[in-house]
Amino acid sequence: MKTPLQRIVLTVFVIAVAAFFVTPLLWFVFAPFNPQVSLAVTIPQNPSLANFEEVLNNPLAMRGLLQNSVIIGVGTMVGTSLTAALAAYGLSRGNVPGRDLLIYVLILFSSVVTGTASMVPIFRLVFTLGLIDTHAGVIMVMIGGLLPSAIFIVRDFVDSVPRSYEEAAMVAGASPMQIFRDVTLPIMQPGILVVGVWVLVNAWGAFLIPFILLRNPDLLPASVTFYTFYDVESGTPQIRLISAYAVLYTLPVILLYLLINWRYGFRFFGGIKQ
Amino acid sequence: MQKAILSRELSLLFLAPALVFVAVFLLYPFFSIFQMSFTNQTLVGANAVNPQHVGLQNYLDLFNTRDWMRRGEMGHSLWLTAQFVVGSALIGQAGLGLSIAVAFHHRRGLLREAVYTLAIAAWIIPDVVVAFAWFAYLDPNGTLNQILRAVGLQPLDWLFDYPMLSIILFNTWRGTAFSMLLFSSALASIPPSYMETADVIGASPWQKFRDILLPLLRGYIATDLILITLWTFNTFTPFLLTGGGPTYRSNVIAIHTYNVGLRFFEFGKASAIAVIVMLINLLLASIYLFISRRQQRQTA
Repeated sequence: MKTPLQRIVLTVFVIAVAAFFVTPLLWFVFAPFNPQVSLAVTIPQNPSLANFEEVLNNPLAMRGLLQNSVIIGVGTMVGTSLTAALAAYGLSRGNVPGRDLLIYVLILFSSVVTGTASMVPIFRLVFTLGLIDTHAGVIMVMIGGLLPSAIFIVRDFVDSVPRSYEEAAMVAGASPMQIFRDVTLPIMQPGILVVGVWVLVNAWGAFLIPFILLRNPDLLPASVTFYTFYDVESGTPQIRLISAYAVLYTLPVILLYLLINWRYGFRFFGGIKQ
Repeated sequence: MQKAILSRELSLLFLAPALVFVAVFLLYPFFSIFQMSFTNQTLVGANAVNPQHVGLQNYLDLFNTRDWMRRGEMGHSLWLTAQFVVGSALIGQAGLGLSIAVAFHHRRGLLREAVYTLAIAAWIIPDVVVAFAWFAYLDPNGTLNQILRAVGLQPLDWLFDYPMLSIILFNTWRGTAFSMLLFSSALASIPPSYMETADVIGASPWQKFRDILLPLLRGYIATDLILITLWTFNTFTPFLLTGGGPTYRSNVIAIHTYNVGLRFFEFGKASAIAVIVMLINLLLASIYLFISRRQQRQTA
Protein backbone atom coordinates (compact mmCIF):
# COMPACT_ATOMS: atom_id res chain seq x y z
CA MET A 1 0.00 0.00 0.00
CA LYS A 2 1.16 3.49 -0.74
CA THR A 3 1.28 6.49 1.52
CA PRO A 4 -0.28 9.75 0.22
CA LEU A 5 3.20 11.27 -0.14
CA GLN A 6 4.33 8.42 -2.37
CA ARG A 7 1.25 8.84 -4.49
CA ILE A 8 1.93 12.56 -4.97
CA VAL A 9 5.59 11.98 -5.86
CA LEU A 10 4.60 9.31 -8.37
CA THR A 11 1.90 11.48 -9.98
CA VAL A 12 4.21 14.48 -10.31
CA PHE A 13 6.90 12.28 -11.86
CA VAL A 14 4.50 10.73 -14.37
CA ILE A 15 3.07 14.10 -15.43
CA ALA A 16 6.56 15.58 -15.80
CA VAL A 17 7.60 12.64 -18.00
CA ALA A 18 4.52 12.97 -20.17
CA ALA A 19 5.20 16.70 -20.56
CA PHE A 20 8.85 16.05 -21.44
CA PHE A 21 7.82 13.70 -24.22
CA VAL A 22 4.88 15.63 -25.64
CA THR A 23 6.06 19.26 -25.67
CA PRO A 24 8.71 18.92 -28.42
CA LEU A 25 6.03 17.47 -30.72
CA LEU A 26 3.35 20.10 -30.02
CA TRP A 27 4.64 22.32 -32.81
CA PHE A 28 3.82 19.62 -35.38
CA VAL A 29 0.20 19.42 -34.18
CA PHE A 30 -0.63 22.97 -35.33
CA ALA A 31 2.10 24.17 -37.70
CA PRO A 32 1.17 22.05 -40.77
CA PHE A 33 -2.27 23.68 -40.86
CA ASN A 34 -1.12 27.22 -40.19
CA PRO A 35 -0.22 29.30 -43.26
CA GLN A 36 1.26 32.04 -41.00
CA VAL A 37 3.52 29.56 -39.23
CA SER A 38 6.55 30.57 -37.12
CA LEU A 39 8.79 28.54 -34.81
CA ALA A 40 6.49 29.34 -31.88
CA VAL A 41 3.47 27.18 -31.11
CA THR A 42 0.35 29.09 -32.09
CA ILE A 43 -3.20 27.98 -32.71
CA PRO A 44 -3.86 28.78 -36.39
CA GLN A 45 -6.17 31.75 -36.99
CA ASN A 46 -7.25 30.52 -40.43
CA PRO A 47 -6.38 26.82 -40.54
CA SER A 48 -5.86 25.58 -44.10
CA LEU A 49 -4.04 22.99 -46.14
CA ALA A 50 -1.95 25.64 -47.91
CA ASN A 51 1.31 24.25 -46.48
CA PHE A 52 0.56 20.86 -48.00
CA GLU A 53 -0.09 22.57 -51.32
CA GLU A 54 3.36 24.12 -51.01
CA VAL A 55 4.83 20.61 -50.77
CA LEU A 56 2.84 19.38 -53.76
CA ASN A 57 4.14 22.33 -55.80
CA ASN A 58 7.78 21.73 -54.85
CA PRO A 59 9.30 19.33 -57.39
CA LEU A 60 12.33 18.49 -55.21
CA ALA A 61 10.15 17.62 -52.23
CA MET A 62 7.82 15.46 -54.31
CA ARG A 63 10.60 13.68 -56.19
CA GLY A 64 12.37 12.95 -52.91
CA LEU A 65 9.28 11.51 -51.30
CA LEU A 66 7.52 9.66 -54.11
CA GLN A 67 10.48 8.61 -56.22
CA ASN A 68 13.90 8.60 -54.58
CA SER A 69 12.88 7.46 -51.09
CA VAL A 70 10.68 4.77 -52.63
CA ILE A 71 13.46 3.49 -54.91
CA ILE A 72 16.00 3.41 -52.08
CA GLY A 73 13.51 1.97 -49.56
CA VAL A 74 12.10 -0.76 -51.80
CA GLY A 75 15.48 -1.59 -53.34
CA THR A 76 17.08 -2.02 -49.93
CA MET A 77 14.09 -3.96 -48.64
CA VAL A 78 13.96 -6.44 -51.53
CA GLY A 79 17.73 -6.86 -51.66
CA THR A 80 18.15 -7.38 -47.93
CA SER A 81 15.12 -9.67 -47.44
CA LEU A 82 15.99 -11.92 -50.35
CA THR A 83 19.69 -12.21 -49.50
CA ALA A 84 18.91 -12.70 -45.81
CA ALA A 85 16.28 -15.37 -46.55
CA LEU A 86 18.72 -17.34 -48.71
CA ALA A 87 21.51 -17.03 -46.15
CA ALA A 88 19.28 -17.90 -43.19
CA TYR A 89 18.01 -20.98 -45.03
CA GLY A 90 21.55 -22.07 -45.84
CA LEU A 91 22.61 -21.59 -42.24
CA SER A 92 19.58 -23.33 -40.77
CA ARG A 93 19.34 -26.36 -43.07
CA GLY A 94 22.88 -26.76 -44.22
CA ASN A 95 26.03 -28.14 -42.85
CA VAL A 96 28.03 -24.98 -42.32
CA PRO A 97 30.95 -25.35 -39.94
CA GLY A 98 30.93 -22.83 -37.06
CA ARG A 99 27.66 -21.22 -38.11
CA ASP A 100 26.82 -19.68 -34.71
CA LEU A 101 30.24 -18.10 -34.57
CA LEU A 102 29.77 -16.83 -38.14
CA ILE A 103 26.56 -15.01 -37.20
CA TYR A 104 28.14 -13.50 -34.11
CA VAL A 105 31.13 -12.29 -36.09
CA LEU A 106 28.84 -10.73 -38.72
CA ILE A 107 26.79 -8.94 -36.07
CA LEU A 108 29.97 -7.82 -34.36
CA PHE A 109 31.22 -6.28 -37.59
CA SER A 110 27.92 -4.59 -38.39
CA SER A 111 27.98 -2.85 -35.02
CA VAL A 112 31.64 -1.88 -35.28
CA VAL A 113 31.57 -0.62 -38.89
CA THR A 114 28.88 1.99 -38.32
CA GLY A 115 28.29 5.72 -38.24
CA THR A 116 30.55 8.35 -39.72
CA ALA A 117 33.69 6.31 -38.95
CA SER A 118 32.53 3.68 -41.45
CA MET A 119 31.57 6.29 -44.02
CA VAL A 120 35.20 7.35 -44.51
CA PRO A 121 36.32 4.04 -46.08
CA ILE A 122 32.87 3.42 -47.62
CA PHE A 123 32.93 6.79 -49.38
CA ARG A 124 36.34 5.98 -50.84
CA LEU A 125 35.18 2.50 -51.89
CA VAL A 126 32.00 3.78 -53.57
CA PHE A 127 34.03 6.56 -55.20
CA THR A 128 36.50 4.01 -56.60
CA LEU A 129 33.64 1.85 -57.90
CA GLY A 130 32.21 4.93 -59.68
CA LEU A 131 28.94 4.65 -57.75
CA ILE A 132 28.89 8.11 -56.14
CA ASP A 133 25.63 9.85 -57.03
CA THR A 134 23.78 6.62 -57.82
CA HIS A 135 20.90 4.97 -56.00
CA ALA A 136 22.60 1.60 -56.55
CA GLY A 137 25.56 2.71 -54.43
CA VAL A 138 23.29 3.84 -51.57
CA ILE A 139 21.22 0.64 -51.72
CA MET A 140 24.22 -1.70 -51.71
CA VAL A 141 25.90 0.07 -48.78
CA MET A 142 22.65 -0.14 -46.81
CA ILE A 143 22.19 -3.84 -47.61
CA GLY A 144 25.71 -4.54 -46.35
CA GLY A 145 25.02 -2.79 -43.06
CA LEU A 146 21.57 -4.29 -42.41
CA LEU A 147 22.23 -7.88 -43.55
CA PRO A 148 23.80 -9.35 -40.37
CA SER A 149 20.85 -8.40 -38.17
CA ALA A 150 18.39 -9.36 -40.92
CA ILE A 151 19.94 -12.85 -41.20
CA PHE A 152 19.77 -13.17 -37.43
CA ILE A 153 16.04 -12.33 -37.39
CA VAL A 154 15.05 -14.55 -40.34
CA ARG A 155 17.06 -17.48 -39.01
CA ASP A 156 14.90 -17.49 -35.87
CA PHE A 157 11.85 -17.90 -38.09
CA VAL A 158 13.44 -20.58 -40.31
CA ASP A 159 14.54 -22.59 -37.30
CA SER A 160 10.92 -22.70 -36.13
CA VAL A 161 9.67 -24.14 -39.45
CA PRO A 162 9.39 -27.94 -39.17
CA ARG A 163 11.76 -29.82 -41.45
CA SER A 164 9.27 -32.59 -42.22
CA TYR A 165 7.77 -30.67 -45.17
CA GLU A 166 11.14 -30.32 -46.81
CA GLU A 167 12.00 -33.95 -46.10
CA ALA A 168 8.73 -35.00 -47.72
CA ALA A 169 9.49 -32.84 -50.76
CA MET A 170 12.97 -34.31 -50.91
CA VAL A 171 11.56 -37.86 -50.92
CA ALA A 172 9.24 -36.78 -53.74
CA GLY A 173 12.35 -35.83 -55.71
CA ALA A 174 12.33 -32.03 -55.58
CA SER A 175 15.62 -30.17 -56.04
CA PRO A 176 16.96 -27.97 -53.20
CA MET A 177 16.06 -24.80 -55.12
CA GLN A 178 12.52 -26.10 -55.74
CA ILE A 179 12.17 -26.97 -52.07
CA PHE A 180 13.34 -23.50 -51.09
CA ARG A 181 11.02 -21.75 -53.54
CA ASP A 182 7.88 -23.88 -53.18
CA VAL A 183 8.04 -25.17 -49.60
CA THR A 184 10.28 -23.11 -47.34
CA LEU A 185 9.78 -19.63 -48.74
CA PRO A 186 5.97 -19.70 -48.32
CA ILE A 187 6.25 -20.95 -44.72
CA MET A 188 8.94 -18.36 -43.96
CA GLN A 189 6.74 -15.52 -45.20
CA PRO A 190 5.93 -13.97 -41.78
CA GLY A 191 9.62 -13.76 -40.94
CA ILE A 192 10.48 -12.19 -44.26
CA LEU A 193 7.63 -9.71 -43.86
CA VAL A 194 8.89 -8.62 -40.45
CA VAL A 195 12.43 -8.18 -41.75
CA GLY A 196 11.15 -6.38 -44.83
CA VAL A 197 9.25 -3.84 -42.77
CA TRP A 198 12.18 -3.40 -40.38
CA VAL A 199 14.52 -2.76 -43.32
CA LEU A 200 12.04 -0.43 -45.02
CA VAL A 201 11.64 1.71 -41.90
CA ASN A 202 15.42 1.87 -41.51
CA ALA A 203 16.04 2.78 -45.14
CA TRP A 204 13.19 5.31 -45.21
CA GLY A 205 14.62 7.18 -42.23
CA ALA A 206 18.30 6.82 -43.18
CA PHE A 207 20.06 10.16 -43.46
CA LEU A 208 23.82 9.67 -43.21
CA ILE A 209 24.43 7.25 -46.11
CA PRO A 210 22.48 9.16 -48.83
CA PHE A 211 23.74 12.48 -47.40
CA ILE A 212 27.33 11.35 -47.98
CA LEU A 213 26.95 9.36 -51.20
CA LEU A 214 24.57 11.58 -53.19
CA ARG A 215 25.27 15.08 -54.50
CA ASN A 216 22.70 15.64 -57.26
CA PRO A 217 19.57 17.31 -55.73
CA ASP A 218 17.35 15.34 -58.13
CA LEU A 219 18.48 12.04 -56.59
CA LEU A 220 18.12 12.91 -52.90
CA PRO A 221 15.62 10.95 -50.80
CA ALA A 222 13.09 12.77 -48.61
CA SER A 223 15.35 12.64 -45.52
CA VAL A 224 18.15 14.64 -47.15
CA THR A 225 15.75 16.91 -49.07
CA PHE A 226 14.06 17.73 -45.77
CA TYR A 227 17.43 18.68 -44.30
CA THR A 228 18.23 21.02 -47.19
CA PHE A 229 15.01 22.93 -46.38
CA TYR A 230 16.30 23.94 -42.92
CA ASP A 231 20.08 23.55 -43.15
CA VAL A 232 21.40 26.52 -41.17
CA GLU A 233 24.12 27.21 -43.71
CA SER A 234 21.66 27.62 -46.58
CA GLY A 235 19.76 30.51 -44.98
CA THR A 236 16.34 30.77 -43.36
CA PRO A 237 14.46 27.51 -42.89
CA GLN A 238 11.45 27.08 -45.18
CA ILE A 239 9.12 26.50 -42.27
CA ARG A 240 5.81 26.23 -44.14
CA LEU A 241 7.22 23.57 -46.44
CA ILE A 242 8.89 21.68 -43.59
CA SER A 243 5.80 21.56 -41.38
CA ALA A 244 3.70 19.72 -43.97
CA TYR A 245 6.55 17.72 -45.49
CA ALA A 246 7.37 16.24 -42.07
CA VAL A 247 3.83 14.88 -41.79
CA LEU A 248 3.83 13.29 -45.25
CA TYR A 249 7.31 11.83 -44.74
CA THR A 250 6.62 10.42 -41.26
CA LEU A 251 3.17 8.95 -41.94
CA PRO A 252 4.38 5.73 -43.68
CA VAL A 253 6.73 4.93 -40.77
CA ILE A 254 3.92 5.29 -38.22
CA LEU A 255 1.55 3.18 -40.33
CA LEU A 256 4.12 0.41 -40.79
CA TYR A 257 4.88 0.44 -37.08
CA LEU A 258 1.20 0.12 -36.23
CA LEU A 259 0.81 -2.69 -38.78
CA ILE A 260 3.63 -4.74 -37.30
CA ASN A 261 2.58 -3.95 -33.76
CA TRP A 262 -0.99 -5.01 -34.46
CA ARG A 263 -0.03 -8.11 -36.42
CA TYR A 264 2.83 -9.42 -34.28
CA GLY A 265 2.97 -7.37 -31.07
CA PHE A 266 6.07 -5.62 -29.90
CA ARG A 267 9.18 -7.73 -29.77
CA PHE A 268 12.87 -7.20 -29.51
CA PHE A 269 14.35 -8.37 -32.71
CA GLY A 270 17.70 -9.72 -31.63
CA GLY A 271 20.83 -8.27 -32.92
CA ILE A 272 22.70 -5.31 -31.84
CA LYS A 273 21.75 -2.76 -34.46
CA GLN A 274 19.35 0.00 -33.70
CA MET B 1 22.55 -33.54 -34.56
CA GLN B 2 19.88 -33.66 -37.25
CA LYS B 3 20.78 -34.72 -40.72
CA ALA B 4 21.37 -31.68 -42.91
CA ILE B 5 18.90 -31.05 -45.71
CA LEU B 6 21.49 -29.17 -47.76
CA SER B 7 24.97 -30.38 -48.53
CA ARG B 8 27.85 -28.17 -47.41
CA GLU B 9 28.45 -26.92 -50.97
CA LEU B 10 24.78 -26.04 -51.49
CA SER B 11 24.45 -24.23 -48.18
CA LEU B 12 27.52 -22.15 -49.03
CA LEU B 13 25.83 -21.33 -52.34
CA PHE B 14 22.78 -20.05 -50.44
CA LEU B 15 25.09 -18.00 -48.23
CA ALA B 16 27.19 -16.62 -51.08
CA PRO B 17 25.22 -13.44 -51.93
CA ALA B 18 25.13 -12.37 -48.30
CA LEU B 19 28.83 -13.08 -47.85
CA VAL B 20 29.70 -11.00 -50.92
CA PHE B 21 27.78 -7.97 -49.61
CA VAL B 22 29.25 -8.34 -46.15
CA ALA B 23 32.78 -8.80 -47.47
CA VAL B 24 32.64 -5.76 -49.77
CA PHE B 25 30.65 -3.32 -47.62
CA LEU B 26 31.61 -4.33 -44.07
CA LEU B 27 34.86 -6.30 -43.96
CA TYR B 28 36.76 -4.45 -46.67
CA PRO B 29 35.99 -0.98 -45.24
CA PHE B 30 37.05 -2.17 -41.79
CA PHE B 31 40.43 -3.44 -42.91
CA SER B 32 41.09 -0.72 -45.47
CA ILE B 33 41.02 2.07 -42.88
CA PHE B 34 43.97 0.55 -41.03
CA GLN B 35 46.03 0.71 -44.19
CA MET B 36 44.71 4.18 -45.11
CA SER B 37 45.50 5.57 -41.65
CA PHE B 38 49.24 5.24 -42.36
CA THR B 39 49.04 7.44 -45.48
CA ASN B 40 48.39 11.09 -46.24
CA GLN B 41 45.68 10.32 -48.82
CA THR B 42 43.14 13.01 -49.76
CA LEU B 43 40.28 13.07 -52.29
CA VAL B 44 41.79 15.66 -54.64
CA GLY B 45 45.27 17.00 -55.29
CA ALA B 46 48.62 15.25 -55.62
CA ASN B 47 48.09 13.04 -52.57
CA ALA B 48 44.90 11.61 -54.09
CA VAL B 49 46.73 9.81 -56.88
CA ASN B 50 50.01 9.06 -55.14
CA PRO B 51 49.44 8.93 -51.39
CA GLN B 52 52.64 8.82 -49.37
CA HIS B 53 53.24 6.36 -46.59
CA VAL B 54 53.60 8.52 -43.47
CA GLY B 55 53.97 5.86 -40.79
CA LEU B 56 52.45 6.83 -37.48
CA GLN B 57 52.34 10.55 -38.29
CA ASN B 58 48.50 10.76 -38.30
CA TYR B 59 48.33 9.14 -34.88
CA LEU B 60 51.10 11.35 -33.50
CA ASP B 61 49.17 14.40 -34.72
CA LEU B 62 45.94 13.19 -33.10
CA PHE B 63 47.59 12.60 -29.75
CA ASN B 64 49.79 15.69 -29.90
CA THR B 65 49.52 16.64 -26.25
CA ARG B 66 50.18 20.31 -26.96
CA ASP B 67 46.89 21.05 -28.68
CA TRP B 68 44.76 17.91 -28.89
CA MET B 69 42.35 19.31 -26.31
CA ARG B 70 41.82 22.50 -28.34
CA ARG B 71 38.33 23.07 -29.72
CA GLY B 72 37.90 21.25 -33.02
CA GLU B 73 40.61 18.67 -32.22
CA MET B 74 40.06 15.00 -31.45
CA GLY B 75 40.82 15.10 -27.72
CA HIS B 76 38.24 17.81 -27.22
CA SER B 77 35.70 15.82 -29.28
CA LEU B 78 36.28 12.70 -27.18
CA TRP B 79 35.76 14.72 -24.02
CA LEU B 80 32.46 16.13 -25.37
CA THR B 81 31.45 12.61 -26.46
CA ALA B 82 32.10 11.30 -22.94
CA GLN B 83 29.79 13.99 -21.54
CA PHE B 84 27.24 13.17 -24.21
CA VAL B 85 27.28 9.40 -23.49
CA VAL B 86 27.19 9.77 -19.69
CA GLY B 87 24.55 12.52 -19.79
CA SER B 88 22.18 11.32 -22.48
CA ALA B 89 22.64 7.52 -22.50
CA LEU B 90 23.65 6.35 -19.03
CA ILE B 91 21.83 8.96 -16.92
CA GLY B 92 19.20 10.13 -19.42
CA GLN B 93 17.97 7.12 -21.37
CA ALA B 94 18.77 4.30 -18.94
CA GLY B 95 17.83 6.30 -15.82
CA LEU B 96 14.60 7.65 -17.23
CA GLY B 97 13.73 4.37 -18.98
CA LEU B 98 14.17 2.40 -15.76
CA SER B 99 12.20 4.99 -13.75
CA ILE B 100 9.28 4.85 -16.18
CA ALA B 101 9.30 1.06 -16.28
CA VAL B 102 9.31 0.83 -12.47
CA ALA B 103 6.71 3.59 -12.03
CA PHE B 104 4.28 1.78 -14.32
CA HIS B 105 5.11 -1.74 -13.15
CA HIS B 106 1.80 -3.62 -12.73
CA ARG B 107 -0.21 -0.56 -13.67
CA ARG B 108 -2.51 -0.14 -16.60
CA GLY B 109 -4.50 2.85 -17.71
CA LEU B 110 -4.65 5.86 -19.94
CA LEU B 111 -1.61 7.64 -18.47
CA ARG B 112 0.60 4.60 -19.03
CA GLU B 113 -0.60 4.27 -22.63
CA ALA B 114 0.03 7.99 -23.21
CA VAL B 115 3.59 7.95 -21.85
CA TYR B 116 4.52 4.75 -23.71
CA THR B 117 3.00 5.92 -26.99
CA LEU B 118 4.78 9.29 -26.82
CA ALA B 119 8.13 7.75 -25.93
CA ILE B 120 7.81 5.21 -28.76
CA ALA B 121 6.79 7.97 -31.19
CA ALA B 122 9.94 9.91 -30.23
CA TRP B 123 11.91 6.76 -30.98
CA ILE B 124 10.44 5.77 -34.38
CA ILE B 125 9.97 9.15 -36.10
CA PRO B 126 12.81 9.65 -38.65
CA ASP B 127 15.97 11.51 -37.57
CA VAL B 128 15.56 14.67 -39.63
CA VAL B 129 12.00 15.21 -38.42
CA VAL B 130 12.78 14.89 -34.70
CA ALA B 131 15.88 17.01 -35.17
CA PHE B 132 13.80 19.78 -36.69
CA ALA B 133 11.14 19.35 -33.99
CA TRP B 134 13.86 20.10 -31.42
CA PHE B 135 15.30 22.90 -33.53
CA ALA B 136 11.91 24.61 -33.32
CA TYR B 137 11.39 23.57 -29.66
CA LEU B 138 14.69 25.11 -28.49
CA ASP B 139 14.50 28.23 -30.69
CA PRO B 140 14.53 31.57 -28.77
CA ASN B 141 10.85 31.87 -29.74
CA GLY B 142 10.17 28.15 -29.49
CA THR B 143 7.88 26.08 -27.30
CA LEU B 144 10.32 25.57 -24.42
CA ASN B 145 10.91 29.29 -24.01
CA GLN B 146 7.16 29.94 -24.32
CA ILE B 147 6.69 27.56 -21.38
CA LEU B 148 9.52 29.18 -19.39
CA ARG B 149 8.01 32.64 -19.94
CA ALA B 150 4.54 31.39 -18.99
CA VAL B 151 5.79 30.20 -15.60
CA GLY B 152 7.80 33.41 -15.08
CA LEU B 153 11.29 32.08 -15.82
CA GLN B 154 14.01 33.59 -17.97
CA PRO B 155 13.97 32.31 -21.60
CA LEU B 156 17.32 30.96 -22.87
CA ASP B 157 19.04 30.72 -26.22
CA TRP B 158 19.48 26.98 -25.80
CA LEU B 159 21.25 26.00 -29.02
CA PHE B 160 23.66 28.93 -28.88
CA ASP B 161 24.50 29.13 -25.18
CA TYR B 162 23.97 25.51 -24.08
CA PRO B 163 24.68 23.32 -27.14
CA MET B 164 25.87 20.29 -25.13
CA LEU B 165 22.90 20.40 -22.77
CA SER B 166 20.63 20.74 -25.82
CA ILE B 167 21.92 17.62 -27.58
CA ILE B 168 21.93 15.68 -24.28
CA LEU B 169 18.25 16.50 -23.67
CA PHE B 170 17.47 15.76 -27.30
CA ASN B 171 19.16 12.36 -27.29
CA THR B 172 17.54 11.42 -23.97
CA TRP B 173 14.13 12.20 -25.44
CA ARG B 174 14.98 10.40 -28.66
CA GLY B 175 16.24 7.12 -27.23
CA THR B 176 14.58 6.50 -23.85
CA ALA B 177 11.94 4.20 -25.41
CA PHE B 178 14.47 1.41 -25.98
CA SER B 179 15.53 1.22 -22.32
CA MET B 180 11.95 1.71 -21.16
CA LEU B 181 10.67 -1.22 -23.26
CA LEU B 182 13.62 -3.44 -22.37
CA PHE B 183 13.16 -2.85 -18.63
CA SER B 184 9.37 -3.17 -18.88
CA SER B 185 9.57 -6.61 -20.43
CA ALA B 186 12.26 -7.58 -17.92
CA LEU B 187 10.05 -6.48 -15.02
CA ALA B 188 7.09 -8.36 -16.48
CA SER B 189 9.08 -11.58 -16.14
CA ILE B 190 9.50 -11.16 -12.36
CA PRO B 191 6.92 -13.29 -10.49
CA PRO B 192 4.39 -11.02 -8.69
CA SER B 193 4.69 -13.18 -5.57
CA TYR B 194 8.12 -11.65 -4.82
CA MET B 195 6.63 -8.19 -4.50
CA GLU B 196 3.58 -9.45 -2.60
CA THR B 197 5.83 -11.14 -0.05
CA ALA B 198 7.81 -7.93 0.33
CA ASP B 199 4.54 -6.02 0.88
CA VAL B 200 3.50 -8.49 3.56
CA ILE B 201 6.69 -7.94 5.54
CA GLY B 202 6.31 -4.19 5.08
CA ALA B 203 9.25 -3.34 2.82
CA SER B 204 9.50 0.28 1.63
CA PRO B 205 9.44 1.01 -2.15
CA TRP B 206 13.15 1.80 -2.06
CA GLN B 207 13.92 -1.48 -0.28
CA LYS B 208 11.84 -3.39 -2.83
CA PHE B 209 13.67 -1.66 -5.65
CA ARG B 210 17.12 -2.22 -4.18
CA ASP B 211 16.73 -5.75 -2.83
CA ILE B 212 14.34 -7.36 -5.33
CA LEU B 213 14.18 -5.51 -8.65
CA LEU B 214 17.78 -4.35 -9.02
CA PRO B 215 19.42 -7.79 -8.50
CA LEU B 216 16.95 -9.44 -10.86
CA LEU B 217 17.48 -6.75 -13.49
CA ARG B 218 21.26 -6.74 -13.32
CA GLY B 219 21.80 -8.67 -16.57
CA TYR B 220 19.31 -6.52 -18.48
CA ILE B 221 20.89 -3.33 -17.16
CA ALA B 222 24.32 -4.44 -18.36
CA THR B 223 22.94 -5.26 -21.82
CA ASP B 224 21.08 -1.97 -22.01
CA LEU B 225 24.01 0.19 -20.90
CA ILE B 226 26.42 -1.34 -23.41
CA LEU B 227 24.01 -1.06 -26.35
CA ILE B 228 22.96 2.52 -25.73
CA THR B 229 26.57 3.53 -25.10
CA LEU B 230 27.54 2.03 -28.45
CA TRP B 231 24.68 3.77 -30.28
CA THR B 232 25.12 7.13 -28.55
CA PHE B 233 28.87 7.05 -29.16
CA ASN B 234 28.24 6.66 -32.91
CA THR B 235 25.13 8.74 -33.48
CA PHE B 236 25.37 11.50 -36.08
CA THR B 237 21.92 12.96 -35.33
CA PRO B 238 23.19 15.86 -33.13
CA PHE B 239 24.68 17.21 -36.37
CA LEU B 240 21.11 17.80 -37.59
CA LEU B 241 20.42 19.95 -34.53
CA THR B 242 23.61 21.96 -33.95
CA GLY B 243 25.97 21.03 -36.82
CA GLY B 244 28.62 20.49 -34.10
CA GLY B 245 28.66 24.16 -33.24
CA PRO B 246 28.59 26.91 -32.38
CA THR B 247 32.40 27.01 -32.76
CA TYR B 248 32.84 23.26 -32.15
CA ARG B 249 31.10 23.37 -28.76
CA SER B 250 28.97 20.29 -29.56
CA ASN B 251 31.54 18.68 -31.87
CA VAL B 252 31.10 15.06 -30.71
CA ILE B 253 33.36 12.44 -32.27
CA ALA B 254 30.88 11.34 -34.97
CA ILE B 255 30.65 14.93 -36.22
CA HIS B 256 34.41 15.42 -35.92
CA THR B 257 35.05 12.33 -38.08
CA TYR B 258 32.56 13.63 -40.64
CA ASN B 259 34.24 17.03 -40.79
CA VAL B 260 37.76 15.70 -41.25
CA GLY B 261 36.96 12.84 -43.61
CA LEU B 262 33.83 13.77 -45.53
CA ARG B 263 33.83 17.54 -45.56
CA PHE B 264 37.55 18.27 -45.95
CA PHE B 265 38.33 14.81 -47.36
CA GLU B 266 41.56 14.26 -45.42
CA PHE B 267 41.21 10.49 -45.70
CA GLY B 268 44.50 9.64 -44.00
CA LYS B 269 43.85 11.66 -40.87
CA ALA B 270 40.13 10.70 -40.80
CA SER B 271 41.06 7.01 -41.09
CA ALA B 272 43.26 7.29 -38.01
CA ILE B 273 40.29 8.78 -36.12
CA ALA B 274 38.01 6.06 -37.54
CA VAL B 275 40.44 3.37 -36.36
CA ILE B 276 40.24 4.72 -32.82
CA VAL B 277 36.41 4.96 -32.97
CA MET B 278 36.09 1.43 -34.34
CA LEU B 279 38.45 -0.02 -31.73
CA ILE B 280 36.24 1.52 -29.04
CA ASN B 281 33.18 0.04 -30.83
CA LEU B 282 34.89 -3.33 -30.99
CA LEU B 283 35.53 -3.26 -27.26
CA LEU B 284 31.90 -2.33 -26.46
CA ALA B 285 30.41 -4.86 -28.90
CA SER B 286 32.66 -7.65 -27.63
CA ILE B 287 31.57 -7.00 -24.05
CA TYR B 288 27.95 -7.06 -25.21
CA LEU B 289 28.28 -10.35 -27.09
CA PHE B 290 30.20 -11.88 -24.17
CA ILE B 291 27.44 -10.92 -21.72
CA SER B 292 24.56 -12.00 -23.96
CA ARG B 293 26.13 -15.38 -24.76
CA ARG B 294 26.73 -16.00 -21.07
CA GLN B 295 23.11 -15.13 -20.30
CA GLN B 296 21.91 -17.47 -23.05
CA ARG B 297 23.96 -20.31 -21.61
CA GLN B 298 22.55 -19.62 -18.15
CA THR B 299 18.94 -19.72 -19.34
CA ALA B 300 19.51 -22.67 -21.67
